[in-house]
Amino acid sequence: MAELSHPLLLFLVTAATLVAIGVYGFICGPEPLRRVVALNIISAGVFMLMVVLAYRSNGPGAAYFTADPVLHALVLTGLVVAVSATAFALALLARLGQATAPLPTEQETEQETEQETEQETGQ
Amino acid sequence: MSLLLFDILLCGLLLALALASMLSRQLSHAVILYIAFGLLMALCWARLAAPDLALAEAAIGAGLTGALCFTALARQGQLALSPVLSWQQRCWPALFVVVTFCGLLLALLQLPAQPGPLPALVVQNLTASGVSHPVTAVLLNYRSWDTLLELLVLLLALIGTLQISPAAVLHRSWGLSRSWSRLLAPLIILLAGYLLWAGASQPGGAFQAGALLAAGAVVLKLNQQLDWLAWRNIWVRFFAVAGLTVFTLSVLTVFFLAEAGSEPLWLRWPPELAKYIILLIEVFATLAIAIILTLLVVAEQPQTALSLARADKTEDIDG
Repeated sequence: MAELSHPLLLFLVTAATLVAIGVYGFICGPEPLRRVVALNIISAGVFMLMVVLAYRSNGPGAAYFTADPVLHALVLTGLVVAVSATAFALALLARLGQATAPLPTEQETEQETEQETEQETGQ
Repeated sequence: MSLLLFDILLCGLLLALALASMLSRQLSHAVILYIAFGLLMALCWARLAAPDLALAEAAIGAGLTGALCFTALARQGQLALSPVLSWQQRCWPALFVVVTFCGLLLALLQLPAQPGPLPALVVQNLTASGVSHPVTAVLLNYRSWDTLLELLVLLLALIGTLQISPAAVLHRSWGLSRSWSRLLAPLIILLAGYLLWAGASQPGGAFQAGALLAAGAVVLKLNQQLDWLAWRNIWVRFFAVAGLTVFTLSVLTVFFLAEAGSEPLWLRWPPELAKYIILLIEVFATLAIAIILTLLVVAEQPQTALSLARADKTEDIDG
């Protein structure tokens, strides 16, 4: 079995790291919007893995170069589906925010006024 | 050597942007870093010999997702700093992620270095597919199930979003951006038409053209233009559904009109007609993708009895 070339190994490791970063953000990210962004980073990592696999036919012994069009087509479909899923998730998020938005309590308004006075004194 | 240097720089920047986006304490910074990440991803696709993906990513990853996230940010109103997590809250997920990463890397390094038989098969049968660009041939001939179901997914996402998304945040548009977006609009339509036509023989096609059109329409919509482009317009609804309908109708026509001698096959075009069928489907798919993506990003709630009642209630509360 031939070894993968160095640039491909580099992109392969980058793809795996992107997935890892995305998973970390998805678990830790305190805000839901950041979790949606984290999911997008995970999908970027997965797409990158597929594109690297499509690129690997470019071996030194290959007569001519063609990247695997099947994987490219799958990633192209995946990109469009990912953006529609993101839009749906963000719409759900907006509705969640609207449904659970509390009326500003006394404590919060106090905090806000404190912040405002801080800003004013800062200026 | 210089190419390897470029690769290292590109990968390093991608990882740094992703990490910074996840770790930044302000949500708006996270979104802006993610948009920069999307632009670099487009560069990365171009480097990995995937120009089709680079075209789509530049319009979708950087443009549309960025607009979506900014709309979500605007809805959140006042932005506070993210809460600080304790080291325990950070440590255990990090440990889990490191273990997963090592397993993933081990699995990835087992992958064979030779591609499977599919690329060679695609190139061999390209003359019978009706187009000469392999990616378009895969999308609209060999694996047309993907495209058909993808149009369905887009439509379902749009219907879901229209049901639940709250009223849009109104922005005041800026004179310069309004005139600039008007100037860009004809250019974008021209480019999208070119991409659609070029898709038969070069990188390009329905997805890229649709995404580009959608990006242009979103810019115009955010500047309070194109008022007719809304779900209440019956023609917009017609073209949003037409992508899927035309696809299904042409599949059914080919299926039932197949010659008596040959065995009729689901989702398979006769080679002599394939070019025209693919062009017809692509034109309607482009329009449908453009309309659906635009409405997904600048979704506005249709005026229903329920939403009107809710608006009345909020007015009462405000009053």
